[in-house]
Amino acid sequence: MKNETDCIVMNQVNKFYGEKQVLINVDLSVPYGAIYGLLGPSGCGKTTTVKIMAGISEATSGETYVLGKPMPQLSLMNEIGYMAQSDALYMMLPAADNLEFFASIYGMKKEQYRKRIPEVMELVNLSDDLYKPVSAYSGGMKRRLSLAMSILHHPKVLILDEPTVGIDPLLRKEIWNELYKMSDSGVTILVTTHVMDEAEKCHQLAMMRQGRLIAQGTPHELQRRIGAASIEEAFIYYGGDGHAD
Amino acid sequence: MRIKAMVLRILNQLRNDKRTLALILCAPLLLLTLIYFILDSSTTDLSVGIINAPQQYVERLYENNIVPIRCSESEAAQMLKEETIIASVKMISGKIYIDIDGGNSTKSNAALSAMEAAKKGMGPAMERKDLKTEVNYVYGSDDLALFDNFGSLLIGFLVFFFTFLISGISFLQERTTGTLEKLLSTPIKRWEIVTGYVLGFGAVTVIQSLIITIFVVYVLDIMMIGSLWLVLLITLLSAMTALTLGILLSTLASSEFQMIQFIPIVVVPQVFFTGLFDLSPGWSIVGRFMPLYYVADALEKIMIRGGGFRDIAFDVIVLLGLTAFFMIANTLLLRRYRRI
Repeated sequence: MKNETDCIVMNQVNKFYGEKQVLINVDLSVPYGAIYGLLGPSGCGKTTTVKIMAGISEATSGETYVLGKPMPQLSLMNEIGYMAQSDALYMMLPAADNLEFFASIYGMKKEQYRKRIPEVMELVNLSDDLYKPVSAYSGGMKRRLSLAMSILHHPKVLILDEPTVGIDPLLRKEIWNELYKMSDSGVTILVTTHVMDEAEKCHQLAMMRQGRLIAQGTPHELQRRIGAASIEEAFIYYGGDGHAD
Repeated sequence: MRIKAMVLRILNQLRNDKRTLALILCAPLLLLTLIYFILDSSTTDLSVGIINAPQQYVERLYENNIVPIRCSESEAAQMLKEETIIASVKMISGKIYIDIDGGNSTKSNAALSAMEAAKKGMGPAMERKDLKTEVNYVYGSDDLALFDNFGSLLIGFLVFFFTFLISGISFLQERTTGTLEKLLSTPIKRWEIVTGYVLGFGAVTVIQSLIITIFVVYVLDIMMIGSLWLVLLITLLSAMTALTLGILLSTLASSEFQMIQFIPIVVVPQVFFTGLFDLSPGWSIVGRFMPLYYVADALEKIMIRGGGFRDIAFDVIVLLGLTAFFMIANTLLLRRYRRI
């Protein structure tokens, strides 16, 4: 079975919001330990797709498996780290309180998160700002704190919705290095993006357009298949209206 | 465990948001004080003609800011006419008869309340509890009793108003800032979120209820013959109902402004149905569907009529039931955001 060899599997997933169909027969499989990029223009259904994977939303029809088990399932939520597109932070509270809160929600003990919080803050370069209220953070800092919060509980699967928006190139590189390290240690990572150069950094890539998955493969494969010189060209080719489905 | 984390976080947030905290705790006191001065200015120096009453009763009247004047029955009638006294009182075989000038409802009610309070203090030998005091309106009538239970009603309303607003907006922000979505991506259960909110804000409303009740009873010295604990209980239940209704309705609002829009629709109309105005029977029935009706009813029974727990048991049950109902409805409504 496909769903036993791959970490995240979607089978013929459809999603309707009222009359409007936002996902059309999405088939997708993310192997264990891969960094998988979901690329597409805004409004193409990326966020809906990752919300279904994270168990927040549910498909109208079709099946979704994470770690071999059907989603949504509360027991699986502890294995998933989710970073939403908007920074889900409590502005009134210092970063430390935000982290402690979500750590306790994930069932971490005090000794555990006391040790873990400095680790994740170090990772996103925010060690000096641990006790600052989030309202005093800049946009990029909030993004980094959100990332730190999503990896707090050592998730096996990491789902990141546009993680590097508003983060400068140097730090972006550092974050990517960290993602590579995590994927080396077996964490499966799904990243959505609309930035081409980020897409190239993924092990595997899926392109989405208007609720459909239009192409899947390694960045290299996608380029080669159409003889394009760059991912950007491939994206335009696959996404173009002239291209037959 | 997760509920505890929710509660701690809410309290932490409030601690860091001094203005909101001040609004919850101090704004009701400010409003109550203002209204107290506006309504209370006319109720000083009330005189009551004593035709025949035990000394103990007269002394108790005096303690309740009433000037007792000994007089005969005909003198009393004359003074009532001249408005020197607001009422005359006589006791015949344990039953109290009061003639009162109901022309100014604020004054006559203050006098009646004081006389009721004075009656409470007497031993059973003096007065037969089974006999109700007979009040005869010489002028005016008790229909004029506009501000009868204004104070008690106000405690309930102010607590309800502020708790409703703050808990509602706070839960709404959870959604607009995306933290609700983040929460729903964790293994937390929907009912744990709702319970966390109720307990977190509940802790604050306990403090709020305590401050308001003590302030109103001891500082503003409102008419109060019943148990302080019962007043506290009802104030707290009022807050809990408002809290659960607030977070429930916030799921139907999409911005803070829309939450404010619920005030004229949900909160303000309730005041009209809580005994402030005399309503035709048809409209009174409408009041039965409003939480504040039960709050005001219970507070009036305790504070003005000295009722015990048995008298307010029904109100307590209704308020508890509403709180539970709103919580369950909220847990179900959160399904809109996550089914499990």
